[in-house]
Amino acid sequence: MDLSFTPEEIAFRDEIRAFFADEFPDDIREKVNRGIRLDKDDHVRWQKILHKHGYMGVNWPVEYGGTGWSPVQKYLFSIEMANANAPDVVPFGVNMVGPVIYSYGNEEQKQRFLPDILASNVWWCQGYSEPGAGSDLASLKTMAVRDGDHYVINGTKTWTTLGQHAEWIFLLARTNTDVARRQEGISFILADMSTPGITVRPIITIEGGHEVNEVHFEDARVPVENLVGEEGRGWTYGKVLLQHERTNIAGVARSKYRLARLKELASSSQHGARPLMEQATFRGKLVATEVALKALEYTDLRTLAAVATGKAPGPESSILKIKGTEMQQRLDTLYMEAAGYYALPYVPDQFTLDAAEEDVVVDSSEPTTALRYFNYRKASIYGGSNEIQKNIIAKHVLGL
Amino acid sequence: MDFSISEDQSMLQDSVARFIQDEYDFDSRQEAAATDAGFSAERWREFAELGWTAVPFAEEDGGLDGGAVELMLLMEQFGRGLVVEPYLPCIIMAGGVLKRLATEDQKATWLADIIGGEKLAALAYAEPQARYDLNDVAVTATADGDGYVLNGHKTVVLNGGNADMLIVSARTSGERGDTDGISLFVVDASAAGIKRKSYATVDARQAAEIHFEQVRVGADQLLGAAGEGFATLKAVIEDATIAVCAEAVGIMQVLNYKTLEYTKQRVQFGVPIASFQALQHRMVEMFMIFEQTRSLLLHAVMTEEADAGAEAALHALKIQIGTEGRKLGEEAVQLHGGMGVTWELDVAHYFKRLTMIDTLFGNADHHIEQYPLAV
Repeated sequence: MDLSFTPEEIAFRDEIRAFFADEFPDDIREKVNRGIRLDKDDHVRWQKILHKHGYMGVNWPVEYGGTGWSPVQKYLFSIEMANANAPDVVPFGVNMVGPVIYSYGNEEQKQRFLPDILASNVWWCQGYSEPGAGSDLASLKTMAVRDGDHYVINGTKTWTTLGQHAEWIFLLARTNTDVARRQEGISFILADMSTPGITVRPIITIEGGHEVNEVHFEDARVPVENLVGEEGRGWTYGKVLLQHERTNIAGVARSKYRLARLKELASSSQHGARPLMEQATFRGKLVATEVALKALEYTDLRTLAAVATGKAPGPESSILKIKGTEMQQRLDTLYMEAAGYYALPYVPDQFTLDAAEEDVVVDSSEPTTALRYFNYRKASIYGGSNEIQKNIIAKHVLGL
Repeated sequence: MDFSISEDQSMLQDSVARFIQDEYDFDSRQEAAATDAGFSAERWREFAELGWTAVPFAEEDGGLDGGAVELMLLMEQFGRGLVVEPYLPCIIMAGGVLKRLATEDQKATWLADIIGGEKLAALAYAEPQARYDLNDVAVTATADGDGYVLNGHKTVVLNGGNADMLIVSARTSGERGDTDGISLFVVDASAAGIKRKSYATVDARQAAEIHFEQVRVGADQLLGAAGEGFATLKAVIEDATIAVCAEAVGIMQVLNYKTLEYTKQRVQFGVPIASFQALQHRMVEMFMIFEQTRSLLLHAVMTEEADAGAEAALHALKIQIGTEGRKLGEEAVQLHGGMGVTWELDVAHYFKRLTMIDTLFGNADHHIEQYPLAV
């Protein structure tokens, strides 16, 4: 047993660290640090910089332009990214539909879609959940009916994150209702968002932000060549995609960064007041949180070490989504508690780079704590709610 | 980054696991625990024959040069078997002081018999007023001629009633609470002036109250330099802490396994209770606690071996055992229903040991207070 990294891994880390120091744009950094929501151009500009240096396809095989990195390299990259407080890549293209296309798509689809995904030329969104199908995804009702060279799609997709920016959507739709199991008869289809009959309506979330959407399909005609793999096998492909979605699901690097900042905040004297760290109850919560984060980090590393030696992740990997999101929410709660009265003001306008000084009412180094707390209640709900994760562990790990 | 164990380590693990599985059955464990000594002398001889009592000692002292990893593997299995033999107090604690401080002559006199399994030892460090503070030493050792005279009271000395020899912390200078001025002595347990009151503990171990009244010890019974025993005492208690945490992880694994098996066969309302989602999710929580605790154990052992950040890692582990570990134990009992609170069922005894481990060497609150929350 050995905790150390090899000299090659340390050299790699230094290279990545230098990249973030030199190439992460200052204006985007300032937005992130001040809790200002990034717009589409910010994301695309940053991802193109990552792409230019070959850092976009972190999980992709080399033959499709990926990095081919080892699990340890991916881990080190995530640590450096978090420590630079650089935003994660928007996952829908590169981490979700991309792997499905290179795994199950035909040659033409690979050539048509993969380069634009890697270069962030096309913004993708996800059409999985429906108003009546959330955790019970297989109950989805959106229909794709074959009509000549097209599928005619009708139905509604929901919780479509950043769909307002998207040029393309990947969706699960029912192509056959005469099936023995609900998981059969579902197909994986790609659609151009400018197709007539597709409309996007915003859903405003609890903190007032526009992050998710409803996407309506009304007789939207999509060419059959946009079917990925075989008709009716979409459920299988979709499950593969969810596994990619779980890559780095624990979010350890970012939680470590946030805890470190929280400790700094709690140790500093705000307006000459007694530092929060000296309050025994808050200090106790910080210790408990750090212990839980260490437990999560080493569970994550055990998984990573297993994968690095070519083994399948052990049962411990299944707990990463649950514990990772619980940790994010725990930190959100502590930030909000640390803010005291400053959790109260709801002044979205001040969170723009050019806000006038007299309009900035929240004088705090973590200005959006309560908003983040409310927004991130989503974390234990999305990606298969934590209760669904427990069902999965009960069935597949505990054999119940 | 490598979490795997070596071939030798794997062999040690297998041999202990096989012994626990095949030979260390619960009924004979209960019989041994019910005796005055609280363990089986015959078993202890077997431990010595198998070389386990030699694991943490240097090769030149007749040991096997085992480190934190070897002790972890051993103690995890002892946890699984709920072993009552005094490995912790005799080998890890008393032996831990001797291996660090004893001279060649002292090792020949005191340590060789411990490694060989012929004699038992205990570390008498806790005092009634000290709670978990190792520096709070009121027992005195007053210089007298070319030796010392010991006076005072050591409390809840694990294995103290069985021990042939005692390692005693005593103040040779300074004030109560000073870390300087604490000295360590090795004493024959039958020496004149030593009074021992032995009793069983809740978790089926054996401990003693030990009073020292004008106990004369020679200069050759001082271990290390006079007044400089604190660092060693602290290091030994840290070893002991990792050891009981490894034991706790072994216990947690057994509790999870037994709870799963029980709920699968226990039928209520016409179905196995394991089919109830409310119970399934609780068992998933228990599984997650176990895996996360095991991660913290590996973390603590690996940082100990790497000599980096070991202090925080150890505090974190002990906090986890005392909070989440206790929760796991309580859940195991709850899911066993009424049977979980009977003396008859082994689960109850695993639960008691797991719970008592929190009270050893600083409970969760103590370690939360001590935790170095570095910014």
